[in-house]
Amino acid sequence: MTESATHRAIDAVWRIESAKLIAGLTRIVRDVGLAEDLAQDALLIALERWPETGVPDNPGAWLMATAKHRAIDRLRRSKLVERKHEELGYEMESHQETAAPDLDAAIDDNVGDDLLRLVFISCHPVLTTEARVALTLRLLGGLTTVEIARAFLVPEPTIAQRIVRAKRTLSDAKVPFEVPRGDELAARLSSVLGVIYLIFNEGYSATAGDSWTRPALCEEALRLGRILAELAPQEPEVHGLVALMEIQASRLRARVSPSGKPVVLLDQDRSRWDHILVRRGLAALERAEKLGGAVGPYALQSAIAACHARAKTPGETDWARIAALYHQLAQIAPSPIVELNRAVAVSMAFGPAAGLAIVDPLVSEPALEGYHLLPTVRGDFLAKLGRVEEARAELERAASLTRNTTERELLLERVAALR
Amino acid sequence: MRFMILIKADKNSEAGVLPDQKLLTEMGKFNEELVKAGVMLAGEGLQPSSKGARVRFSGKNRSVIDGPFSETKELIAGFWLWQCKSKEEAIEWVKRCPNPMEGESEVEIRQVFENEDFGAEFTPELRAQEDRIRAEIAARQ
Repeated sequence: MTESATHRAIDAVWRIESAKLIAGLTRIVRDVGLAEDLAQDALLIALERWPETGVPDNPGAWLMATAKHRAIDRLRRSKLVERKHEELGYEMESHQETAAPDLDAAIDDNVGDDLLRLVFISCHPVLTTEARVALTLRLLGGLTTVEIARAFLVPEPTIAQRIVRAKRTLSDAKVPFEVPRGDELAARLSSVLGVIYLIFNEGYSATAGDSWTRPALCEEALRLGRILAELAPQEPEVHGLVALMEIQASRLRARVSPSGKPVVLLDQDRSRWDHILVRRGLAALERAEKLGGAVGPYALQSAIAACHARAKTPGETDWARIAALYHQLAQIAPSPIVELNRAVAVSMAFGPAAGLAIVDPLVSEPALEGYHLLPTVRGDFLAKLGRVEEARAELERAASLTRNTTERELLLERVAALR
Repeated sequence: MRFMILIKADKNSEAGVLPDQKLLTEMGKFNEELVKAGVMLAGEGLQPSSKGARVRFSGKNRSVIDGPFSETKELIAGFWLWQCKSKEEAIEWVKRCPNPMEGESEVEIRQVFENEDFGAEFTPELRAQEDRIRAEIAARQ
């Protein structure tokens, strides 16, 4: 194997092993920042040695053993207070004792729990949303700082600093490495799901720049969602979120035209939808519903997405059901955005005048001020009602508000077509 | 990116011999790992080629050939569809797969085409052209 081939192989091992490695180490050293440093140390040693020795048969166990040795080395050399030293030593010994007969198997058994703890700590509420996103991609996705920076179109030092600060915040706040229980669980899980969906949306509908979508981020979010669905299989909303992402991702390649312009749902060539993802999405939704979670916010959104996925042609779309699902969603998670979507569904089921009646009160809604989709939708209703001048004004306003260049072009084309 | 992982057939799989309990357990565990890692998109085992058929095209003619087919090692006994970050990740996963057959066997890794694979070389105009060609081909059939 050439050196660069070995490096690529090491990247692959890292991709597969890093989250488990960091999770296992965090349980031992009780500090996620230190755990990540130790894992990185082990990676550096692998990068040094593996090109000569080849990749070991069980690379995960090799990295773990190496990281543990580093942990002991660091402890010996560091000026950590004695008490801490003892604590750590005790943790490591007791861990090794309990796991004595078959260390690997013992680690395996705990892997799921540790990973879930790592998910919760990465999305902890003491962190800013941006920090949660960066830390999740770094610790659970195994992405490098460069990769995260590229994905979010920000300079690398910004992400690096964000991660350093996040780790320090967790350490300062002495955030325990545990899965929240009882009443806390729902809120904390919702934070985790929110972070994953935010990553997905950043990829699905790029908020800035020339690119309409960044599929790599969607893939990463989907992977995180699928992993979480296995870590917390009893949580219906996890499956609801996975269903939503699978179905939305199934349309990725159909929602960009050959010239790179966005294609709206109803104009998409449905044969280009990814039917494997559609099937997976519908299965995940079924899982959420079987767990009694049909009314969760993500399950409801995925049920709406499923209505579109099941329609073989746009004409077959069950708009009345979609409008009803949005109505349900508005009950549990009321927001002007949900209302806006409901207006679209209602207009499709019962005509543009019915839709406009829902949208008009939203014009004075402060939360939607400057949100380009409000004038986009309103302009569309007005155009359908033949109120051309008002429609043009709304669409022009929408074009002036969007940050996405391709979307702006699309809106201006529609304005031109209304002449 | 996506990879199709092809498990090649052997004498036993072609004879319809089912995997033993040990292999089934190991394979089940491996599949579980793939699901847990968010890698697995789909996967199935295939019946022996004796239950299959081929359609041979020659110009406008089509002839049907019933299985079994002789070139055992070139036949497929099962497949997975995986979502991985790189070919190396797919290789790393295949290395962790239990040997699907007794003794010698081979598993092939093939990358699935995606539009992005054409990169900058595949400009919007070229894409449009490709779509047009596809449409023309579809119209001719």
